[in-house]
Amino acid sequence: MWRRPWLKAVALLTPPLAAFLVVYVGSLGVLFISSLWTSNSFTSSIEHTWTFANYRTIFSTSGPYLHIAGFTLKMAAAVTLTCAVLAFPLAFFMARVAGKRTRALLFVMVLLPLWSSYLVRLYAWQTILAHKGAINWALNGLGLPDQNLAYTNTAMWIVYTYVWLPFMVLPIYSALERIPDSYLEASADLGARGWRTFRSVILPLALPGIVAGSIFTFALTLGDYITPLLVGGPNSLMIGNYVYENFSTNLPFAAALAVIPMAIMGVYLLIARRLGAFEAV
Amino acid sequence: MRRIRKRNVFAAVVVAAVATAFAVTAATVRAGSGPPTKIGKGEGRLNVIEWAAYTDPSFAKKFENQTGCIIHRKDAGSSQEMFALMHANGGGGGGQYDLVSASGDASLRLIYAHDVQPINIHLIPSWKQFLPIFKSPPHNTVNGVHYGVSVQWGPNTLIYNTKKVKPAPKNWSVIYSKKYAGHITIPNNPIQIADAALYLEKTKPSLGIKDPYELTQSQLTATVNLLKRQKANLKRFWSYPADEDTSFRNGDVWLGAGWPYQTLQLKANHVPVKEIVPRPTTGWADTWMLASKAPHPNCAYKWMKYVTTPQVEAKQALVFGETPVNPKACPYMNKIKKGSCAGYHLNEPASYYKTIKFWKTPIPQCGWTKKQSCMDYAAWVQAWAQVTG
Repeated sequence: MWRRPWLKAVALLTPPLAAFLVVYVGSLGVLFISSLWTSNSFTSSIEHTWTFANYRTIFSTSGPYLHIAGFTLKMAAAVTLTCAVLAFPLAFFMARVAGKRTRALLFVMVLLPLWSSYLVRLYAWQTILAHKGAINWALNGLGLPDQNLAYTNTAMWIVYTYVWLPFMVLPIYSALERIPDSYLEASADLGARGWRTFRSVILPLALPGIVAGSIFTFALTLGDYITPLLVGGPNSLMIGNYVYENFSTNLPFAAALAVIPMAIMGVYLLIARRLGAFEAV
Repeated sequence: MRRIRKRNVFAAVVVAAVATAFAVTAATVRAGSGPPTKIGKGEGRLNVIEWAAYTDPSFAKKFENQTGCIIHRKDAGSSQEMFALMHANGGGGGGQYDLVSASGDASLRLIYAHDVQPINIHLIPSWKQFLPIFKSPPHNTVNGVHYGVSVQWGPNTLIYNTKKVKPAPKNWSVIYSKKYAGHITIPNNPIQIADAALYLEKTKPSLGIKDPYELTQSQLTATVNLLKRQKANLKRFWSYPADEDTSFRNGDVWLGAGWPYQTLQLKANHVPVKEIVPRPTTGWADTWMLASKAPHPNCAYKWMKYVTTPQVEAKQALVFGETPVNPKACPYMNKIKKGSCAGYHLNEPASYYKTIKFWKTPIPQCGWTKKQSCMDYAAWVQAWAQVTG
């Protein structure tokens, strides 16, 4: 066997590849195929006739689904942007300024929330944002009036930014860490000041990290359905909630709805590739 | 997305496992056609899909000791979830579940999807004692065939914070007005359309609404428009009973539509709330239904027989905060908690029950007219998306 290294590679790769093709790609295929079927509205059983009816319902301008998809997209974009703006300075400090100990401490602090359940953190936010919660308590302490943050789209935006932030910090950190000091020195030798070096050297080299992080935050927001239920308001339901709602009674329609975030992600990944997110720095 | 994929894989595994494990049992049990004529020996196990506390150990322990049927519970958070669990893995409870405590908005769906099977109601002696409207209600009996036994019911109530909502509300109009805008909550459930339809039946007679669960296209559209206007005044939709509880407790919500269960929870937590049952109102009634692929039918029948007896009905009612279907439970309720029989309206005259419109799954046939067709549940789900989206 050691004489034929390719045999070893085949033996090693076949199980994961088969699992990937069957379980992962296969089920996506099934998802797409079932979105072209319909469901008997009486018995909820699937009727295997080919039709684009589900997609027509989703894309009809008089229906609610375009608006829902638009809202989901906007929320994902806002969360991604906020995460990037917040994560960059933190990652920069961790990668290039902080000493070993501070860096380790910051790492623990960034990752600490991930050790607790996502649901626990959502319920914690529910009480923080509530009318009688910590935020209003602090505001009143400063002599400021109550804010009606609980169960609003703003609340959702805050909570998403909080829960996905680590997924943005880590890729940016690793991109920034890999920038050789000599590049910065060369930039300084050539007469560039701090801002110029940042704009022309650091930012372009960190961009793949930012894009990689944004893939996480964007995709995670796009597919979520728990946060809208627990911290969202009357206008906060997203695509995931309607997938869940239709899942039991109208599986093909739920499948068609689930294809939308996948299509959005596909386009997003194509753009990300253009920006060089998949190339090593 | 993730959920479906998971379920598909899970389904394949479970189907394979379950098929081999239960094929033999199922075949012997379902050998005869039609419901059984007597209850056989218990199978030692009972798998239920239930509302939390519907097989509460405080009354189920005795059953387990008496019959040897050990109960295994799967709590559902919503009617959607209940239907999905029953319909998964090939339907009929997937050969895994025996009973489901379905509410009226899911029960007809389960019947038409063949997930539940007809039962022999005469094997449940307490059935003869039931309030007449719960003997063969349209949400669990089709063409005289019983698909389960009624168990408990309750009205949909208007809950309000007594410190914030003054004067005390008298009817449902307060949740459709602007007076408490930003402090109202209603359930996130397509069946909530019926509440708005019932309100329009009174306030807009020109729409000709005869039954809030049997709406024509134009009636449904008018109802959706009312709900869209109402949405501007809402703080949130609640999806799980605990969500409504939390928003009342945190002071974000002052009034909303809910169940006696939540009022009890809130009062236990010293939140200043009261509830009223404006009439007419909508209400729910739950049915223990027998899964069509039930692996332990004898234990299931034993449970249906046990849970409808007056003593157990009384206990369950007070554990959960609901009303028995068996009026003989009245003295037992009063024995556990003084005045609770009247408190839960079990001693009302027949006219009272006529003012509660019990949940039933919307179907295309209108009961009140042959000339038009009504909007079915799928249309209600789409209409509800227009409200919430």
